[in-house]
Amino acid sequence: MEGEIEPVDCASASKPPRIEIPKVPDDSEKPIAIKRLKDVEICVPIVYGTMAFHLGRKASESQSHRWTVYVRGATNEDIGVVIKRVVFQLHPSFNNPTRVVESPPFELQECGWGEFEIAISLFFHSDVCDKPLDLYHHLKLYPEAESGPKSTKKPVVMESYNEIVFPEPAEGFFARVLNHPAVVVPRLPAGFVLPTPVPIDSVHGKGRGDTKNHPLSHWFMNFSEADELLKIASARQQVQAHIIKLRRELNMMNGLPPPPNPASGHDYA
Amino acid sequence: MDAKDILGIPKTQLPTTQEKKSRPQKEPQRKPDGISREVYALTGGLAPLMPSIDVSQLKKRPPSDEKITWQWLPFTNSARKDNLQLYHWVRVVNGVPPTGDYSFAKYNKSVDVVKYTDEEYEKYLTDPMWTKEETDQLFELCERFDLRFIVIADRFPSSRTVEELKDRYYGVSRAILIARAPSPTDVSGHPLVKDPYNVSQEVERKRALSMVLSQTKHQERKDAEVLAEAKRITDSRMASRAAEEPEMPVASHVGSESADRAVVLGDTVSPSSNIQLPSATVVPSTSIIADSASTLASLRMLRVYLRTYALEQMVQAASSSAGLRTIKRVEQALQELGVNLKPKVPTKAVCAEHLELRKEILTLLNLQKQ
Repeated sequence: MEGEIEPVDCASASKPPRIEIPKVPDDSEKPIAIKRLKDVEICVPIVYGTMAFHLGRKASESQSHRWTVYVRGATNEDIGVVIKRVVFQLHPSFNNPTRVVESPPFELQECGWGEFEIAISLFFHSDVCDKPLDLYHHLKLYPEAESGPKSTKKPVVMESYNEIVFPEPAEGFFARVLNHPAVVVPRLPAGFVLPTPVPIDSVHGKGRGDTKNHPLSHWFMNFSEADELLKIASARQQVQAHIIKLRRELNMMNGLPPPPNPASGHDYA
Repeated sequence: MDAKDILGIPKTQLPTTQEKKSRPQKEPQRKPDGISREVYALTGGLAPLMPSIDVSQLKKRPPSDEKITWQWLPFTNSARKDNLQLYHWVRVVNGVPPTGDYSFAKYNKSVDVVKYTDEEYEKYLTDPMWTKEETDQLFELCERFDLRFIVIADRFPSSRTVEELKDRYYGVSRAILIARAPSPTDVSGHPLVKDPYNVSQEVERKRALSMVLSQTKHQERKDAEVLAEAKRITDSRMASRAAEEPEMPVASHVGSESADRAVVLGDTVSPSSNIQLPSATVVPSTSIIADSASTLASLRMLRVYLRTYALEQMVQAASSSAGLRTIKRVEQALQELGVNLKPKVPTKAVCAEHLELRKEILTLLNLQKQ
């Protein structure tokens, strides 16, 4: 992308950091071009989902559960560094089904009786990405096993792990989140010069955006990459061994008249 | 007999009509006369819609009024410089042997290699890099070997590259042509004059070709990626520029340039992919690589995406050549191996491994089919 670096003006940090440039009809489509880092990807691991507590004695027909829907950093770090706000779209039967959360922790609590799909839209800071990203999650209230007495202490938790990938991040964004624990940033080759990071205006004066000491944190699910990797690696080994074996057999068979039933005796799948 | 009388006439009629009916289904009504039934059946059994085979011509009509004998006769070949006389069988009709030259003599074509006199050499053809002797030798070899430069280069006494020899030969021919022409305009249309041999271009071309032929798989994949991205860029540029007319010439020039390059690269990429065919067990491997490459390129176009989305796209690209049943079998295999169809912890590493596993299962299934 051609090259005007986004203008930096720390003095005007209170104003949106964009300088008016008259639209010149040159061959670039946007009035302001942003310098991006090619072949670099920034990744933000997140976990999103719901947690539902049965209300027990306080339950009524229309309100049997109290549930929370949330988006958090996978390591419980503050994702507010990347995400500006989250919009939860609830079932139309709720009042104001479009709920906007302007600061981390990005969560919403409600009471209800029914399970439905929640649409979660992630909006990023202006230097990150101007397009939102949509996630979908099915609110689960009832556990798999119909265990007799419904516990009010133990919630029904449904979480999904995913990673937000920014394939060609803007230089400014990169510089800003370089050392933040919520973001996975690759190492750049030595001598790479980045612009000085511009702090974004953040609304949260509430204090911490991370979820490390979240009241519900001990119910959070654990996502272990290592387990899955191990499983896949061992599967690959098995498949590779079969392939080698089959190739050897095929090589031996070539030259001999074709066997009556090539797949006989070798049932793998 | 009585029964036959009573039911006889209608009864005997029916079976015969039935017989006639079943026959056309079994045999093609014995249509062929002149060729055997089996041969006719090769054409499809039934009579063709267009008479593709003229049945009467299938067996050669023996020319009835001519008397054919075969005789062992001598012959000469006008293509030969000596007067070698050989013998062969000749079809003699009514005692008259065939006339005319040996039938293969007309194939003895040769190249018109230019012949220059010593005067002409002194006047037009001297060159610091070449002695007269060498040039004479070159031309003698060119004549002898019909401009097969590889052979000429092999036989040339001093070591010269094919490009140097070609350059000298074409240079001399061109100079002679121009010198002998009554006026320059007469020969300006001649290919030698219009497009002279360009040594450096040829050397470069051959070098590039050998580089492409010796490309590694990795390089090939990268090239396919770049090509896909270029195509995407030009496509999107074309689409957006279609609205703005004055910019069209610029864009189309750019587009055609990169399209040309893409075509050129595409042409050169395909020979190398053909070479890889025998070694690859999955034949459409190059098309899969191209699919994955274009998927990667399109992912990079997005400003943001989810890791799971990327994995889905890559899986789709990798299975693009597989049918629905194969895909189901891959999923079945994954389940049997105890691997989640969609990874529970889709990190970059996990997704990469998952994709590779799926590809390996595809390979295994393809092998099992053989």
